[in-house]
Amino acid sequence: MPEYLRPTALDDALAALSSRPLTVLAGGTDFYPARVGAPLDDDVLDITALQWMRTIEEHADHWRIPALATWTDIVEADLPPWFDGLKLAAREIGGRQVQNAGTLCGNLCNASPAADGVPVLLSLDAEVELASLERRETMPLAEFIRGNRQTALAPDQLMVAVRVPKPHAERARGHFLKLGARRYLVISIVMVAAALEADAAGRVVRAAVSVGACSPVARRLPALEQALAGRPCDAALGETVTDAHMAPLAPVDDARGSADYRLDAARTLTARTLAGLGSMM
Amino acid sequence: MNAGGPDGTTAFLVNGRPVTVNAPPLRRLADALRDDLGLTGTKVGCNAGDCGACTVLLDGAQVCSCMVSLAQAAGRHVETVEGLAAKGRLNRLQRAFLRHGAAQCGACTPGMLVAATELLRASPRPRAAEVLDGLGGVLCRCTGYRKIVAAVLDAAGDAPQPLATPPAGAAVGARLAKLDGVPKLTGAERYGADAVPEDALWLRIVRSPHDSARVVLGNLMEDAARPGLERVLTAADVPYNRTGIYPDLRDQPVLAEGVVRYRGDPVVALVGTREAVTAVRDEDLPIRYEPLTPVHGLADARTLGAPLVHEETEGNKLVEGGVERGDAEAALADCAATARGRFETAFVEHAYIEPEAGWARRVGERVELFVSTQTPVMDRDTTAEVLGLAPTQVRIVPSACGGGFGGKLDVSIQPLAALAAWLTGAPVACVYERPESMMASPKRHPAVIEARMGCDAEGRLQAVDFDATFDTGAYASWGPTVAGRVPVHASGPYVVPHVSARGRAFYTNGPPAGAFRGFGVPQAAIVHEALMDDLAAQLGMDRLAFRLKNALRAGDATATGQVLEASAGLVPCLEALAPRWQRALEDAARVNADDGRVRRGVGISCMWYGIGNTALSNPSAMRITLDREGRLILYNGAVDIGQGSTTILAQICADALGVAADRIAQVIGDTDWTEDAGKTSASRQTFVSGKAAELAGAALRAAILREANAADDATLEFAGAQVVVRDGGRRVEIDLTRLKADAAGVVLEGTGRFDPPTTTLDARGQGSPYAAYAFGAQVAVVDVDTELGTVTPVRIHAAHDVGRAINPTQVEGQIEGGIAQGIGLALMEEYLPGKTENLHDYLIPTIGDVPEIEVIIVEDPEPLGPFGAKGVGEPGLVPTAPAILGAIRHATGVRVTQVPALPHRLRRALLEREARP
Ligand SMILES: Cc1cc2nc3c(=O)[nH]c(=O)nc-3n(C[C@@H](O)[C@@H](O)[C@H](O)COP(=O)(O)OP(=O)(O)OC[C@H]3O[C@@H](n4cnc5c(N)ncnc54)[C@H](O)[C@@H]3O)c2cc1C
Ligand code: FES
Ligand code: FES
Repeated sequence: MPEYLRPTALDDALAALSSRPLTVLAGGTDFYPARVGAPLDDDVLDITALQWMRTIEEHADHWRIPALATWTDIVEADLPPWFDGLKLAAREIGGRQVQNAGTLCGNLCNASPAADGVPVLLSLDAEVELASLERRETMPLAEFIRGNRQTALAPDQLMVAVRVPKPHAERARGHFLKLGARRYLVISIVMVAAALEADAAGRVVRAAVSVGACSPVARRLPALEQALAGRPCDAALGETVTDAHMAPLAPVDDARGSADYRLDAARTLTARTLAGLGSMM
Repeated sequence: MNAGGPDGTTAFLVNGRPVTVNAPPLRRLADALRDDLGLTGTKVGCNAGDCGACTVLLDGAQVCSCMVSLAQAAGRHVETVEGLAAKGRLNRLQRAFLRHGAAQCGACTPGMLVAATELLRASPRPRAAEVLDGLGGVLCRCTGYRKIVAAVLDAAGDAPQPLATPPAGAAVGARLAKLDGVPKLTGAERYGADAVPEDALWLRIVRSPHDSARVVLGNLMEDAARPGLERVLTAADVPYNRTGIYPDLRDQPVLAEGVVRYRGDPVVALVGTREAVTAVRDEDLPIRYEPLTPVHGLADARTLGAPLVHEETEGNKLVEGGVERGDAEAALADCAATARGRFETAFVEHAYIEPEAGWARRVGERVELFVSTQTPVMDRDTTAEVLGLAPTQVRIVPSACGGGFGGKLDVSIQPLAALAAWLTGAPVACVYERPESMMASPKRHPAVIEARMGCDAEGRLQAVDFDATFDTGAYASWGPTVAGRVPVHASGPYVVPHVSARGRAFYTNGPPAGAFRGFGVPQAAIVHEALMDDLAAQLGMDRLAFRLKNALRAGDATATGQVLEASAGLVPCLEALAPRWQRALEDAARVNADDGRVRRGVGISCMWYGIGNTALSNPSAMRITLDREGRLILYNGAVDIGQGSTTILAQICADALGVAADRIAQVIGDTDWTEDAGKTSASRQTFVSGKAAELAGAALRAAILREANAADDATLEFAGAQVVVRDGGRRVEIDLTRLKADAAGVVLEGTGRFDPPTTTLDARGQGSPYAAYAFGAQVAVVDVDTELGTVTPVRIHAAHDVGRAINPTQVEGQIEGGIAQGIGLALMEEYLPGKTENLHDYLIPTIGDVPEIEVIIVEDPEPLGPFGAKGVGEPGLVPTAPAILGAIRHATGVRVTQVPALPHRLRRALLEREARP
């Protein structure tokens, strides 16, 4: 009979993880679909009964989204416009059912190339908090995700939260656009996230742009980010985008779209994201 | 810190009632509800979060119960569809669903109702956009969603009045609520997987992971041995190891005999406890595959020296059919305008929300199957043949069917479940998981069609040359039916004096392609409608006017030389659409005036469709009885797959008899009790079985009138064991208890049989293949994002000649549902073996993908049909894809020649067009 642990205290969960291999179960929205028609024989550590792990908190220099915060929790949280991109992403995950159960941390740990949470959080310079019985560490998300479904998570570690540093400028906003082949319940063909900070004169002081589903791990577009710096925030920001800015991307052909198309759509979507964000700043 | 209660149980509330479940904590909540608590109202369509059929509320929030562990429900409140109707009375939302016809097959209905419940609690008077967001996680394959949205919006409004049953004689034409609607709304309905006996063994089919391979089996029982595994069935256990649709073409082994021909071909079947058959991993079985070079697609199949999918079929050519009228080649040479094109379509999956399911048991020297099907009598005969039994030794009891669309016309679980029950003596259940359903079930035929069309200078069509090849996959399934039907319809619903149309089907190592709503006609319509647009453009004629000019009318001859005697209502359909067409064109011109990146386009398309089998006898027989206690029972062999025949046939029979429709009870599809009413396919049940039901009702009426010696226009009143006959001033009471009864207590009965008059087609395909034709036309308005290649349907107007709308709500439902599938065909659906074998990767339209639809019902009565009715099951789908493609072209100038028009394909075509000087 497989084990099924459902602790209420984090230390109990970490102790269990340190003693034997266990599959972590959160919202189950990646876990169960991966086991259709297969026996459910994993030894499981269900973390959904852990306390104090759901409420999004504001700290002095960052926001903290804990492991059990669902997409719906994110949509409903009172957050500044810096999180608008994350909220837009959350609203377009699956349908309501998936949003109500699935967690942001689960999305990151699952590390699918099409995970919508990844590009948004990359654009926000997010860090992940990892915990094992012995120690806690914080690591940039960009280091945490190593490849297609590969992460830096050790077998004895849980991701306990995502940290989003507060922007420095007062005018700061995020945005997100997703392209899929139907309206709901759709995995992205391409998605783009952007976050801008502007000075009092309305000029970009910091830009972050990332693209998902066009490489094994979502990628930031540093050349574009540099090109944006100093520009006035308006719809014309979209015109900054060039083909060369897409250089970090390496899309593949699959049933959802050809590689050429992905690159072309990434550029269009990036321009639209920036145009939209520029005019909203 | 282990989950659950002290003894490994989990306690929670279900619909306000405390329950305790003793089951593994990791079990899916959906399974715990269904199997441990017997609450089978919650449906399982995919076990992967993709369909939403399993939606329940967990502490008030909708979740997919297939992705929640039993342990996660501990201490919480789970609300399911069974909790909605308080004290057995439908709640407002359920009543709105019933009134609007928002449930067809009902497989998505529990999920839809539960999702809507969450929405309405948070937002009692939601806006339409909120309804879409709230229900966006539940797929429906039947309704096209519009009636679901309307029902949710209406449920929020003022207390709806229940729909009154129309009085005797007024059922035909009434918007009668589905007679089998209530159980679909309460969760009480029993589908194939819902009534499995507790002591049943389970059967799981092990399928080929290869497209083409030789197979060598080792010692299965020894290597797979484990507690709970009772048997492993192989080809050697199957008395007659062949199935197939046609008596002379049984080409499909029940279990592989040394070779597999597609990814999904059944190899062996495991029989045992559910846990045991699930726990066996396919890779661990002693099955050795030696992969062979597969035949992929039509080009491969037709290559000289290509591997043969079936050794005995030279050149892989399964079948060929054609229609020749006049001299198309010569006429084309004389045409003032000609158009030509080559078009390609893909494998399309039925994606009914209920996967194949059922169970069998042996009863003495007979075997009984409770199964989701479209064709009980064929199931019976096939199962008997495979088991080596007489047909009378097999009984099929159809379960409620959670969608079919042609995919449940082939046997699935039937032969193997029956065989296992026969051999073990135990009940044996088999339920496909979604990937298995998608791998194993037949598909719409991919087609490559090359055609030419020509007209004279005045725009009168002169000639069509049409050459279609179909990929029928590894086995024939309904391929010959498709190849035969398409040439008949190839020239479209137009008068064309010279037609040369050929259809051929080739075997490949793809999934078997079979029957799918329209039997090839939707693929053909894409072609003739694109060419019609080409010709109109060449002549500078309005696209609608050009179609009107050429429309078939009563008195015209078709390509097979059949003169349409009546009920050819394409002209009134086009006339009804004309003002909408004009407005849509003006609106598009306005939208496009600013030269933005999103361009609006308007398309138009026409269709026709022969009702029933092509040039073959396809009779239905119905029987209605009156027993000593005054009960009226219609023995109705037509299975209702959601399209509504149960209600339609009762409406027809009731009016023919002269009684209110809800007074008639029914026995449906049970092969021990009902006559053969043929298959629920080819849009035939209203026309063919409906006529039989009308005749049966009329016959019983005549028998009653004879008892009373009353005239034809007398009225009947059924009051307990009495029938009161009023004939002018005369009143006669028939005391049923005094009439002579048979063993079942039946005192009077009426039977009816109808076989539509058709002729076989001669060597040139000439003759009268159908007794009636449906006609229709649709206008589609779409927005094309030219930078991304995405298409958003904005509005569809659909005008269809149905002869007579027996039930307008259901007619609309069929058309709207067909349109949704047409949108899928045009824009997103493409089945790729090994790549899109689930509802995550294979996309069907969601609630947000079907735009506003206006249905215009045209009634040009069909003299042969019941009360003038023809069929409407398939017609709604046929013109949608061509209308959308026409709209894309109007918006962008791009003529799409490959469907689905996925964003990357359309974008490429747009770039190529821009690059052209
Ligand atoms: C129908 C459907 C539609 C979807 N649509 C989208 C979409 O549009 N965009 C998108 O990005 N995603 C989509 N998803 C996937 C999305 O729901 C998941 O990625 C979700 O966010 C994962 O969270 P979860 O809590 O359900 O994770 P689970 O399934 O419980 O776990 C996911 C993985 O992460 C591990 N894990 C979870 N939490 C932790 C933790 N705290 N520490 C360590 N390991 C952990 C688990 O072991 C597992 O490997 C969809 C899923 C479904 C079923
Ligand atoms: S069965 Fe749960 S979503 Fe399909
Ligand atoms: S009624 Fe929605 S799937 Fe059949």
